[in-house]
Amino acid sequence: MSTLYYTKDHEYISVDGDIGTIGITDHAQQALGDVVFIELPKAGTKLARGKEAAVVESVKAASDVYAAASGEVLEVNKALEAAPGTVNEDAQGRGWFFRLKLSNKAELGDLMDAAAYEAFLKTLD
Amino acid sequence: MLNNQGRPTHAGTAQPSARTFTGNRALMMEEALIFETGRLDVTGVDIEPPAAFTPSLGGLERRAPLDLPGLSEPETMRHYVRLSQKNFSIDAGLYPLGSCTMKHNPRLNEKMARLPGFADIHPLQPVSTVPGALALLAQLGHWLTTMTGMAAVSLVPKAGAHGELCGMMAIKAAIAARGEAATRRVVLVPDSAHGTNPATAALIGFEVRAVPARADGTVDPASVAALMGPDVAAIMLTNPNTCGIFERDIVAIAAIIHEGGGYFYCDGANFNAIVGKTRTGDLGVDAMHINLHKTFSTPHGGGGPGSGPVVLSERLAAFAPVPFVRKSATGLDLVEHAEGQSFGRMSAFHGQMGMFVRALSYMLSHGADGLREASEDAVLNANYVRVCLNDVMSSPFGERPCMHEVLFDDEWLKGSGVTTLDFAKAMIDEGYHPMTMYFPLVVHGAMLIEPTESESLAALDLFIMTLRDLAFSAKRGETGRFTDAPHLAQRRRLDETRAARTPKLRWTPPEVAKAAE
Repeated sequence: MSTLYYTKDHEYISVDGDIGTIGITDHAQQALGDVVFIELPKAGTKLARGKEAAVVESVKAASDVYAAASGEVLEVNKALEAAPGTVNEDAQGRGWFFRLKLSNKAELGDLMDAAAYEAFLKTLD
Repeated sequence: MLNNQGRPTHAGTAQPSARTFTGNRALMMEEALIFETGRLDVTGVDIEPPAAFTPSLGGLERRAPLDLPGLSEPETMRHYVRLSQKNFSIDAGLYPLGSCTMKHNPRLNEKMARLPGFADIHPLQPVSTVPGALALLAQLGHWLTTMTGMAAVSLVPKAGAHGELCGMMAIKAAIAARGEAATRRVVLVPDSAHGTNPATAALIGFEVRAVPARADGTVDPASVAALMGPDVAAIMLTNPNTCGIFERDIVAIAAIIHEGGGYFYCDGANFNAIVGKTRTGDLGVDAMHINLHKTFSTPHGGGGPGSGPVVLSERLAAFAPVPFVRKSATGLDLVEHAEGQSFGRMSAFHGQMGMFVRALSYMLSHGADGLREASEDAVLNANYVRVCLNDVMSSPFGERPCMHEVLFDDEWLKGSGVTTLDFAKAMIDEGYHPMTMYFPLVVHGAMLIEPTESESLAALDLFIMTLRDLAFSAKRGETGRFTDAPHLAQRRRLDETRAARTPKLRWTPPEVAKAAE
């Protein structure tokens, strides 16, 4: 059973045991518009929380995707390189970016849960 | 659906009533690629077949045809003239691209640049034969350093981003000379910066750290102080910034950077707002590029090439690249070889000579007072547009004077079903080049308008009335005017997503394309 957490930079991390799956939220993909390019980290990269981990480029802008928590990259979603539009279709499902082996689960306490993120989005309007 | 050149178009590309047999729409011509019109058996030049000869290439002679398109002279003329007619330029109409300064290119500049003494010289001819060119370089450099209150100038950079690279390489060399190359690795860049700023810093190996903008769109010295440390090499700041606002705390920011041992790079893209008003050196700047193709009226945007000289402070002057012109006892010397602390050479020759002639013509024909007045008029025009539109459009940072460009957001379009992109496309139907859209990134649905000083009051009034008409139309819910726009252009809304995801970057002969299918 996985638990979802959110960052203020509109990344989500879905945590199952000590594995976290990171991507951008549905709100983020809507704001970006059609995604045309994604640069993913290499498996084995050790990321510190808040570090640039990936790049997402849309017809409007290029944005960094930050590591929502510290850990080592286990796997990346290679399918996105050929089909970046998957992020627009299913940001929080098939459009995941990479999986981390979390090195400090205590960091998750600083992130928002789904309800807090919903409330955060309301403050942006 | 295919057009008559066999290229796919989107459904609804032309209105049924406007569909023609040729695909042309009155004088808006469809134009095929030159490879599609050209034939191998046609030539514009009558060349005698060569007499029998013995090849001396040892069997390396080409045997296959060259596959270059053959066209007659009239076909060639029509092809390129038609292409040129598709180009929208400042000579054709108002071009209000924010942070681009698309101002009029005076014809006097062109006349001067065509003088044979400037136009027909070569960078490798003996220096003794080009004293006039050296004098021109020296005089242009003098105007640029005087205007900015800086110690030195490098005319070498070929464009704005190249100028950034030059300035940042001088900063990197200065840091290395202090023995801090290994420790000062970070460059601070505000999040409203031009994308080229972080790209330049990253290209030469610096780590980029973003400085958040405060609520009014400017940089807070406190945020800079919080990020400043012994690891920071420099800050890159645009002034006036990309929100069209003068960074009022720029002197305090410079002091924080200098006290912390860093350098201050200023992006001079928006210099047109402050020429003759503010001297860069007085603000504490160490390096700034000046886009001659923006501020000093040389051609810009497809008409180029660009030119981005960099002015340097006393602290950085010694690190300037070669070549440069130096006064000597006998006149002017062209220094071609790096000596002392110069970071070396970043470009084969001396810079964009043709642009130097144009920029100096502009300076001399305007005079110092005229340049100052041009900046005043540029700021006045932007504020006129702002005041005439601010009751129908929304401003992200409230109602207050701007510099040479005015920034709106898309708050006023909320609920209308019309986006910034739709609005910009509808401007094309009205015969206007759209403004800069979705930049700066810190403003939602940004529309950045820079009219420049070139436009008359009548031209500005027509532009303003057009935008007001569009704005009221959007608010009345006439979404069809926007979401399908442009309706009247030769091509309708282009598919930007497909162009980015699966770009066709080169032409392929039909037989090869067919074989690949």
